[in-house]
Amino acid sequence: MIKVELVKLLRRPRTWISVVLTCALPLIVAVFITVTHLVPPPGQGSAFLSAVLQDGALYPAAALALVLPVFLPVAVAVVAGDSIAGEATEGTLRYLLVRPVGRTRLLVAKLVSVTVYVLLVVLAVTFTAYATGVFLLGPSEAAAVGQAPGAGLPGGAVGGSGPGLGGQAPTAGQAAGGAVTSLSGAPLSLLQLTERTAGAIAFITVSMLGVAAIALFLSTITDSALGSALGSLAALVASEVLVTLNAATVVQPYLPTRYWLAWIDFFRQPVFWRDIQRGFGIQALYVIVFLAAAWANFSTKDITA
Amino acid sequence: MITTRALVKRYGPVTAVRSVDLDVREGDRYGLLGPNGSGKTTLVRMLLGLVYATSGEIEVLGLRMPRHAREVLPQIGALIEEPAAYPHLSGRTNLTLFDAAGPGGGTARRTRRQRVDEALEQVGLAGVGRRPVKAYSLGMRQRLGLAAALIRRPRLLILDEPGNGLDPRGIRDLRELLAGLNEAGVTVFLSSHLLAEVEQLCTRVGVLDEGRLVLQDDLAALRAPTGRIVLDTPDADQVAALLDGQVEHRDGQQLLVRYSDAAALNTRLVGAGLRVSSIGAQQRTLEEIVLSVTGTGSDHIAGTP
Repeated sequence: MIKVELVKLLRRPRTWISVVLTCALPLIVAVFITVTHLVPPPGQGSAFLSAVLQDGALYPAAALALVLPVFLPVAVAVVAGDSIAGEATEGTLRYLLVRPVGRTRLLVAKLVSVTVYVLLVVLAVTFTAYATGVFLLGPSEAAAVGQAPGAGLPGGAVGGSGPGLGGQAPTAGQAAGGAVTSLSGAPLSLLQLTERTAGAIAFITVSMLGVAAIALFLSTITDSALGSALGSLAALVASEVLVTLNAATVVQPYLPTRYWLAWIDFFRQPVFWRDIQRGFGIQALYVIVFLAAAWANFSTKDITA
Repeated sequence: MITTRALVKRYGPVTAVRSVDLDVREGDRYGLLGPNGSGKTTLVRMLLGLVYATSGEIEVLGLRMPRHAREVLPQIGALIEEPAAYPHLSGRTNLTLFDAAGPGGGTARRTRRQRVDEALEQVGLAGVGRRPVKAYSLGMRQRLGLAAALIRRPRLLILDEPGNGLDPRGIRDLRELLAGLNEAGVTVFLSSHLLAEVEQLCTRVGVLDEGRLVLQDDLAALRAPTGRIVLDTPDADQVAALLDGQVEHRDGQQLLVRYSDAAALNTRLVGAGLRVSSIGAQQRTLEEIVLSVTGTGSDHIAGTP
């Protein structure tokens, strides 16, 4: 069943259109930066963006930061929200179930398919951004490497920022040629950068699974794909509002978007693990809870669509 | 093949199916008749485990449903209301995906291709299997749905309104296909609101009215001669005079005569020098039978055989 779901995912035009569009945003941003040589000052704007003129190799990280707040969750919510509700609307759900495909199996296959989709988008963004960074923005310029620690990091957005942030002396100015500067100012070798980018990709993918689980749950409740996609996005917006609200401090550690930006901590030297671990934990919790709810609802539901 | 006992389905305050005792025997061509909204679709969905019964028992192929869905459903081909397919994929790809979705998903590619070819051939879609389904007409989609039902060579076909969307030729093709499969040992259970469709194909009928099974019997028994002869004659007056007292009804040249043997009556009339245009035993049409048990006649609740 998983294979069937993957074929359906990969042969659907929507999948590829959304991948291309998501990759296009960082490309457009890179073109503007190349033309104007204007980047946000360190500490403002999207994460990493202020550093990309010095380090083209950091552009994948900057690109992920660009697509993470809106593009990625919207795409995931649409795909996951459509997963059961879309089949119900199309009428194919009843034919799958009488094949028979077990209802639990179908849910699992859908979740795997959404996971593959997220990975596909994130990897596509990373690779196109790497190519963009290297070709348009150029490889790292040693002269500028030691620039501000915590470059481009929107301090408030990361909440409990790591000890490395701005704390370590910016002594990395003499980084060996080709090395990329970490947010903490220490140099990162290409291998380290690759490892950390992989870590960031994993973290972002898992972050999106929380959204996917919520959308999948809503998708079993309604036969409207639009309803479940918008419902899960509404949950994310609510979470974002509460994350910035001081009065809601009590619930903040449990909000799905609370640790979304923790992947930035992979680019510190050394990696600042606390928020990353919490981020993984909270997403695992959301996936388990909403998948269980989806299963409980779907496995006892009358399929009348 | 299909047995239900005191089957009830309530949706909130609405009772869709009221204590139905269905009895479909092996080799039957069973037609479930009833006006729209009489509960046919709900009943079919319960047989297939899509909708859960409120109370009562269902046995299909000798096993309880929905508990044994995994063993029962692979032996059933089903068409439930409209056919459904993934519109951007070809008819062939759709069949391949549906076949791969159920148990035995790991069937060798060649076996599967053979099965798909065979099913497309059976329904007359062999020429257009590669076209995307969104380019199909309603009739072609219905044929594709039928192909999906046939692909596993089922022992039992459960078809909900199989004639929908088909033109007269398509309906005839369908009738011949189902009759052929039935001769090869496949039990056919279909629901319809088209009396003619059922009358021409089925050997056994059930009539559902407001959720109750008000009639269930062999078509031959229902249409047994009524002990009356229908007679067409240009000499209606003389015939009426000769058979005084036995003529029950007269409509122009047509007479309804209480008489058991048409041949004997014919000999007698011709012997008396009277002309006969046509003569034959009266049979009730299915329409008359159904109308007599539905609507106002809902006191005709049939006992189970």
